[in-house]
Amino acid sequence: MDKIIEVKNLIKKFKDFKAVDDVTFEVEKGDIFAFLGPNGAGKTTTIKMLTTLLKPTAGEILLDNINVIKHPENARKNFGIVFQDQSLDDELTALENMEFHAVLYGVGKNLREKRIEELLNYVELWDRRKSLVKTFSGGMKRRLEIARGLLHHPKILFLDEPTSGLDPQTRNYIWDYIAKLNKKEDITVFFTTHYIEEAEKYSKTIAIMDHGKIIAKESPQKLKEQTKTDSLEAAFLALTGNNIRDEDANGIDQLRNHRKMWRGH
Amino acid sequence: MNAVYILWKRELLRYFRSRARLAGSLGQPLLFLVALGFGLGPVFQKAGQGNYFEFLAPGVVSMGILFTGIFAGIQVIWDRQFGFLKETLVAPVTRFEIVLGKTLGGATVAFLQGLIVLILTLLIGVKVHSWTLFPFALVAMFLIAVFFTALGITIASLFEDMQGFQLVMNFVVQPTFFLSGALFPLTGLPNFLKIITEVDPLTYGVDAVRGALINQGHFPLSTDIGVMFILSIVVLVIGSYLFSKVEV
Ligand SMILES: Nc1ncnc2c1ncn2[C@@H]1O[C@H](COP(=O)(O)OP(=O)(O)OP(=O)(O)O)[C@@H](O)[C@H]1O
Ligand SMILES: [Mg+2]
Repeated sequence: MDKIIEVKNLIKKFKDFKAVDDVTFEVEKGDIFAFLGPNGAGKTTTIKMLTTLLKPTAGEILLDNINVIKHPENARKNFGIVFQDQSLDDELTALENMEFHAVLYGVGKNLREKRIEELLNYVELWDRRKSLVKTFSGGMKRRLEIARGLLHHPKILFLDEPTSGLDPQTRNYIWDYIAKLNKKEDITVFFTTHYIEEAEKYSKTIAIMDHGKIIAKESPQKLKEQTKTDSLEAAFLALTGNNIRDEDANGIDQLRNHRKMWRGH
Repeated sequence: MNAVYILWKRELLRYFRSRARLAGSLGQPLLFLVALGFGLGPVFQKAGQGNYFEFLAPGVVSMGILFTGIFAGIQVIWDRQFGFLKETLVAPVTRFEIVLGKTLGGATVAFLQGLIVLILTLLIGVKVHSWTLFPFALVAMFLIAVFFTALGITIASLFEDMQGFQLVMNFVVQPTFFLSGALFPLTGLPNFLKIITEVDPLTYGVDAVRGALINQGHFPLSTDIGVMFILSIVVLVIGSYLFSKVEV
């Protein structure tokens, strides 16, 4: 199998705190790769480095054999991304946000119009296409972000908690679309989620990150066997423990204290 | 080039949607025009310098452009804070296209603001010296817009929040305006001030507008326009480089 993502000894330090701590892994072409881990594990930081938004402190990243750090401009042609936090222009309409993205990603006019209509219909925002995004509810904004991310069909699709804040019906519905896209166009999907059942249901490979390190990378089935558990959630808890993690970045000192607490040294 | 177009279009869509911004940035130039133009007019006349109101008009037009252009930098910081900058930065387009698109968008807006001020001064009574030269006044206004928009965007790429940016802007914008030839003639200045005005980019922009509009330029029009053009290219290139370093 071809490797589409290759990460070697990736490190990201914020001051002297290692958010991503010497991580090495590969993702195969066509995979649906779930990247799980407790809050603050370093998932988003890793994705930001893979997508050229953050410069690693050290390490190497290849996306479809292109060195992301040396050739960010070429690397950007290969992926699409749905961010964890909001990245829409509130002062534009849904349609204008979609158009902006499609033009920026070089989707031709005919295909653009067809896909925008199809996707906005799919996420049930077609009727609201001319409303300013600032008038949308949280869930509507989230659906628009996803629709926008699916506009151009890249080789790799990064989805950072794409379905957070959506109701279960919508989540299933959107995952069906993504799974179809993966199958039909052989798009590799790299996603994070805190809904473990999504990973169980849709992913082919699961990696679990904790404290900036990858502590497991297996198929869902194998992960359950290894931890002698009968659900992925139980496997996840067995691997990462039951402590609650610091959710936001409030001061490196506090973080360090927490880390000491968790690790007992 | 499609990328440049869509970035340009976004700035215009946002501009036409916020009428408050339109009105807000017209206030200051008009205040200057009325207070200084009419207030200092008699003194200027007595000193044998002619019509101050006409002299000042290119200065306040440029002022409107300067302030609106620099505002594009604030937009970049908002985009960073509201997350939209990420969307632009991960796109498969060169950083030069991003900076160029944003600059042309912001510059078009700034140019339109300047045009409104210009039309108002014409309505109040400024007489165009020669309609053949008039288009050069518009070219000069557009170059002022491009230069300062690009400058605002470039400086904004270095800041994550408004405070830092605003501090630097105060140190850049106010001196740039007051120490250019916007408010006073460039002849007979004390030496130190002469040197400062000559390194102030706005001096050349204002001078070009003044030369083309009322035929009272200090430098040749070609010098003015040449300087503004070269400076604009330089800032665009520096801006693209700094944008390639932006992390979000
Ligand atoms: N810009 C930053 N400056 C300092 N620390 C940061 C920065 N960004 C992230 N961190 C820290 O790095 C660690 C990893 O954060 P990251 O956002 O990658 O976590 P995550 O796995 O995506 O978590 P979540 O599930 O909550 O989204 C956290 O401890 C966070 O506080
Ligand atoms: Mg995250």
